[in-house]
Amino acid sequence: MTAKLTPSRQARRAGALLLLLCGLLALDLFGAPPGGAQDAPGGDEPAQDADAPRFRGTLEDKKGTRTRSDDEPVAGVVIIARDASGEQVAETTSAEDGSWELVLPGPGTFTAEIDADTLPSGLALTERDPRPVTVNAGESKIQIFELGARTRNQVTTFDRILQLSFAGVRFGLIIAITSVGLSLIFGTTGLTNFAHAEMVTFGAIIALWMWNLGLPILLAIVVAVIASGLFGWSFDAALWRPLRRRGIGLVQMMILTIGASLAGRYIFLIFIGGGTSQLPGTGGVRHQIFGPVKLSTVDMVSMGLSLLVLLAVSYWLLRTRIGKATRAVADNRQLASASGIDVESVTRIVWVIGGALAGLSGVLWAYFRPGIKWDMGVQILLLIFAAVVLGGLGTAFGALIGSLVIGILVEVSTLWIPSDIKYVGALGVLVIVLLFRPQGLLGRRERVG
Amino acid sequence: MNWGTILDNTLSFMLSPETIGFMLAALGLAVHFGYAGLLNFGMAGFMAIGAYGYAISILSFGFPWWAAMLVSIVGAVIFAILLGIPTLKLRGDYLAIVTIAAAEIVRLLFQSRVFDEWTNSADGLGGYHDSFRSANPIPEGTFGIGPWEFTSDQWWSRLFGLFLVALGLLLVWLLMRSPWGRVLKGIREDEDAVRSLGKNVYLYKMQALIIGGVLGALGGVVIALPSAVIPQYYLPSLTFFVWTALLLGGAATLFGPILGAVLYWGVMAFLAGLLPAMANEGWLPMSSTAAGNFRFVLVGLALMLLVAFRPQGLLGNKKEMTFVK
Repeated sequence: MTAKLTPSRQARRAGALLLLLCGLLALDLFGAPPGGAQDAPGGDEPAQDADAPRFRGTLEDKKGTRTRSDDEPVAGVVIIARDASGEQVAETTSAEDGSWELVLPGPGTFTAEIDADTLPSGLALTERDPRPVTVNAGESKIQIFELGARTRNQVTTFDRILQLSFAGVRFGLIIAITSVGLSLIFGTTGLTNFAHAEMVTFGAIIALWMWNLGLPILLAIVVAVIASGLFGWSFDAALWRPLRRRGIGLVQMMILTIGASLAGRYIFLIFIGGGTSQLPGTGGVRHQIFGPVKLSTVDMVSMGLSLLVLLAVSYWLLRTRIGKATRAVADNRQLASASGIDVESVTRIVWVIGGALAGLSGVLWAYFRPGIKWDMGVQILLLIFAAVVLGGLGTAFGALIGSLVIGILVEVSTLWIPSDIKYVGALGVLVIVLLFRPQGLLGRRERVG
Repeated sequence: MNWGTILDNTLSFMLSPETIGFMLAALGLAVHFGYAGLLNFGMAGFMAIGAYGYAISILSFGFPWWAAMLVSIVGAVIFAILLGIPTLKLRGDYLAIVTIAAAEIVRLLFQSRVFDEWTNSADGLGGYHDSFRSANPIPEGTFGIGPWEFTSDQWWSRLFGLFLVALGLLLVWLLMRSPWGRVLKGIREDEDAVRSLGKNVYLYKMQALIIGGVLGALGGVVIALPSAVIPQYYLPSLTFFVWTALLLGGAATLFGPILGAVLYWGVMAFLAGLLPAMANEGWLPMSSTAAGNFRFVLVGLALMLLVAFRPQGLLGNKKEMTFVK
C-alpha cells in the first residue's frame, strides 16, 4: 500500500480547502456570525488568543483497513478539552474535511476527548483512554483519534462475508487464468511445471518495462501477454521438446522445472532488484457497486478481463478443432496421437496459450497484490497448484472451479483466522483433498497412479 | 581482487555449521529420494521443525540442550507421520506438491503472529546457546590451522555436528545393507513387485520418511546451534538448495550427500566472494549485490544440467538411478 495520495483524494482535499476558503470569504463579506469561527479552524481567531496553545487534528474513518485511499473525513463531531481537574475548558466541532482545532485557555496539561454521542452511528473510537498532554504557550499539538481502525462496528458479519467473497472471486479469477494454463500443460505433457511462477512474474515485468518505455498501459499489457506467449513457446522449443525427444523421465523434468524456476527468479532479482514497483492506476478510488461491495475501476476491468479470457478459453476448448484436439491429448496422449492428432503441435499451442495466460495473470496479480516483485509468482504458485489439484490435475475446467474455491476460501477465512496465515487454509485444503478425493473435483479415478 | 581472502573464506565455510547441517539434511533426503524414491520437496519444513523445536524447548520451557534435541526429533517424527498419511499412497508429482505445501504451512505457522509468545513471529529466535555451550568439553581458546581457526565454542558446534553426521552415516549404511534396506530399494525400483511379495509398502515408505525427516531435523538443529532461527530461512528454496547438494554428490550413495554439501557450500562461498569482487573491478556489468545474487542463477542452472546430464551425481552409478523416470 502506498502512502502517496491518489489523484482523486488530492482533488477531494483541494475541494474541501476551496470550500473552506469560500466560507472564510463569506464570513469576511457578510460579517462573522457568532460562533462561526469554531467551524473554520485556522480562520480568524480573536487576537488575544494568538499565543494560546492549541490542540488540532483531523477526524477520519479508517474503514477498518490500513488503506489510506478509502479513508473518509468525519464532520460534525464535538471535541472537548478538559484540564487536569477534569473541568471542560474548550469545545469545537469537526469541519467538513474532518479537521478541528481547540483553543486552550493557556499553557498547562489538558486532555482532548471526543463526545461519543456526536459520532455518526456505527462509528466507534478505537482508542478509549485519553492521555493528558502538556502544552506550552503558542504550541499546537496534534491529537489523534482512531476512528474505525481495525474494529468497525457498522459492518455486519454478513457484509464482511460479502465483501471478502467478492475479493475472493477477484483473486480466484486471477489464479484461474494461470491454473487453466498450468493444468493444460500438465495434461498434454505430464509436466509438473514449477517454473510457471516465473512465467507469471515475466508477464508483469514486461508490462512494467513497456510502460516505462512510454507505451500506454493497455498497450503495454497487450505486449506483455504476447511476449509471455512467445516466452512459453520458446521455453518449450528450447528446453522441453529436446528433452522429450531424448525420452527424459517426468521426475527429472519436474526437478528441471525447479532449477529453471530458481534461475529465472534470481535473473528477475538481478534485473529489477529486491524492491516493489507499481503499475499505473494501482489503488484508485473505489466506487460502491452494491451494498458494502466497493471496487476500483482497475478492479472492475481486471474482473471483466478475467471472465472474458476464461470464456474465450472455454469456447476454444469446447468448440474449436484445436481445442478439442487439446482435450483429447490431455486425456490420452497415445490415443490422440494414434487417431491422427499432431500431438507436438498441440503441445506447442498449449505452451503458447499457457504462457500468455500466465503473463496476463501476472499483470492482474500485480494490480491485486499490489506491486511487482521478483518473487511475486512464487507467492501464489502453491495456491495455483492447490487450485489445480482441487479441480483435478489435467482438467481445465476443474482448475477453474478449484481456483474460485481457493480464492474465496483464502479471503473469507480471514474472518476467523489472522491474515498472516490465510494461505495456510488453502494449502491445508490441498492436503485434505488428496486424503479424501485425490483425483480432485472433476478428475477421474484412474488418473492417479 | 583479494584471492587470499576469497579462498580463505571458501575453505572456512566448507567446515561451517551450515555445511554440516546440509550434510545431515542431504543425507536424510538421500534416504527419501535416493533409497526410497520418495520425492520429498518439504525438507525445509523438517529443518524448521528441528530448529524451532530446539530453540522453543530451551527458551520457553527451559529444557537442557540434549532434551531440546530429543524434542526436535519427536517433532520430526510426528510431522513425517502427518505428512505421510495423506501422501504416501499418491504418485510422485502429487507427493512433491504436497510436501512443498506442508513445509510452507509449517513456515507460515512459525512466522505468524498467532504464536508470537513462543516463536517471536517474523523476528525469529536467538539467545538459546548457553545450555549447549556449558556442555562444551573443549578448553577455552582458539585452535586450528589456516582457514580452519575457530574458538572453543565454534569447534564444539562443528565437532558435535560432525559427530551427528558420522552417526547418521553409520545408521544409513547399516540400514541400507540390511534386508529392510533391500526392500526399500525394491520399492524404489518397482513398488507393485514388492507389494506382490507381501510387503507392506506403505509402512516401509513411512519408516523411510520418518528416518530421513529426523536426519533433516537434526540438520536444522546443527545449523541453528551457533546462530539464530529466522523463519525466512526456511523457504522452499532451502529445500531446492539441499536437493542441488544431494544431486551433485549422488542421490543413491552413502557419501554423495556429504561430498555434495561440501562442494555446494564451497562453490557458493567462493562465488559469494568472487562475483561481487568481479563486479567491483568492473568485469561484470552489474552491481555487487546483483553479482552476489547471480550465484543463485548458477545454482538453478547447475540443478538443471545435473538432472539432465548426470542424474546419478559425482559418486553415483547410473544403474542406481533407473527409477527416476
